[in-house]
Amino acid sequence: MTALLIRDVKLGLRAGGGALIGILFYLAVAAVTPFAMGPDLNLLAKIGPAILWIGALLASLLGLERLFQIDREDGSLDLMVLNRHIMPLSFAVFIKCVAHWITTGLPLVIVTPLLGLLLNMDGKAIGATALTLLIGTPAVTFIGAVGAAIAVSLPRGGLLVSVVILPFVIPVLIFGVMATFGAVVDGAPFKAPMLLLAALTLFFAVLGPFAAGYALKNAGD
Amino acid sequence: MNNKNIKKVGALTALANPTRFMDLSGKLLPWLALLAALLTGVGLYLGWQAPEDYQQGITVRIMYLHVPAAWFAMFSYTVMALSALGVLIWRHPLADVSIRAAAPIGAAFTLLCLATGSLWGRPMWGTYWVWDARLTSVFVLLIMYFGIMALQRAMEEPARSARPVAILVLVGYINIPIIKFSVDFWNTLHQPASVIRLDGPTIHPSMLWPLLVVAVGFTFMFLAMHMAAMRNEVRRRRAASLRKAGARGKSSAPATAVLEG
Repeated sequence: MTALLIRDVKLGLRAGGGALIGILFYLAVAAVTPFAMGPDLNLLAKIGPAILWIGALLASLLGLERLFQIDREDGSLDLMVLNRHIMPLSFAVFIKCVAHWITTGLPLVIVTPLLGLLLNMDGKAIGATALTLLIGTPAVTFIGAVGAAIAVSLPRGGLLVSVVILPFVIPVLIFGVMATFGAVVDGAPFKAPMLLLAALTLFFAVLGPFAAGYALKNAGD
Repeated sequence: MNNKNIKKVGALTALANPTRFMDLSGKLLPWLALLAALLTGVGLYLGWQAPEDYQQGITVRIMYLHVPAAWFAMFSYTVMALSALGVLIWRHPLADVSIRAAAPIGAAFTLLCLATGSLWGRPMWGTYWVWDARLTSVFVLLIMYFGIMALQRAMEEPARSARPVAILVLVGYINIPIIKFSVDFWNTLHQPASVIRLDGPTIHPSMLWPLLVVAVGFTFMFLAMHMAAMRNEVRRRRAASLRKAGARGKSSAPATAVLEG
């Protein structure tokens, strides 16, 4: 169990593991927006949290197809399916999701303050965005595991994962941005969307690996 | 397993036998289509005769299309979710055919609901579209239908796509209660439920009756279209596997083995 976690984290951090690509993509989204919106600092500060959330969401979606693809190519996915009486498949998927989040989701949270400064956000807004991303991005990974598991048997499933997953991550985006604005703007609710965001993460932490494990088991035969 | 269970499973398999399904549905289909046309027509006529709303004027007549379309957008998804259970638990080939047949129909109902809703919203709310909770969740439903259809068409072998699609359908079922209760959770622009609620409908009977007639008509319309689409899909798969069997050799595949893929 720990071995699988460490192995996946190591693989993810290695060159070509996709962690760096996700961060660069996140950076690109945040850097491109001021060009589209115009360099009005007040406007940027206002919509900054939303931009960062969109960027983080897209960056997470980008890396999802790698979740099972590499394991399938080198055959370790089949081993996991065969050894499911030792470690249940949904549990293995859960560990893989955690490792995937550590290598792709967590770096996004870490670079968020830097991008927040570029977008002229104040300290409170940066903190709120980083906090909601920390709580919300695991949900994206867990939901994405279902799509990645379904698409693993497809010859060209890469883009399909994002399309199939998109409707399910919309609530995460809504509550994430809502909670961030709730922390910054006076009078906007903070506690309720924050709790719902946490609930989404916990809910999909159970449902996602379970459904993904089932899909992987069936993809094998 | 006791006797009753065995009997039940036997009855289910008998009903779901593709050949028997084709026989039965062939006989039922014209009647269902006739009933659908009749009831929907009568309902819409009654809706036109019903009194106008004292505030909304004539635009309230959009309701007689909008509300049933919304109901059946959700109903189609429910049928798909039940069929998905059929795929995963009983592994029945007809259940997959049912999902595949229902998805475009559900997408069409959803689109109709969104289109009539925005036409209604323009004079009443002053805008075609707002990101209100109900509207957004129905929009998400539409994207989900498209995603499911894309996934179904991404795999060439229908037998291989059946289970992944079923899992996706079941996971997506969370959205249906969200749509239903979105007007209660987030009180934004869309009005709360006025027909299906615990303390009885708050809509006046003169408007409720036409609405219900259209809804029953839509039920038969859904059944007829679903059945026709299922028949098409069964035939399509039969033709595909006959073609494959023909390519392999002279001996043609037995008709019942065809659906097993």
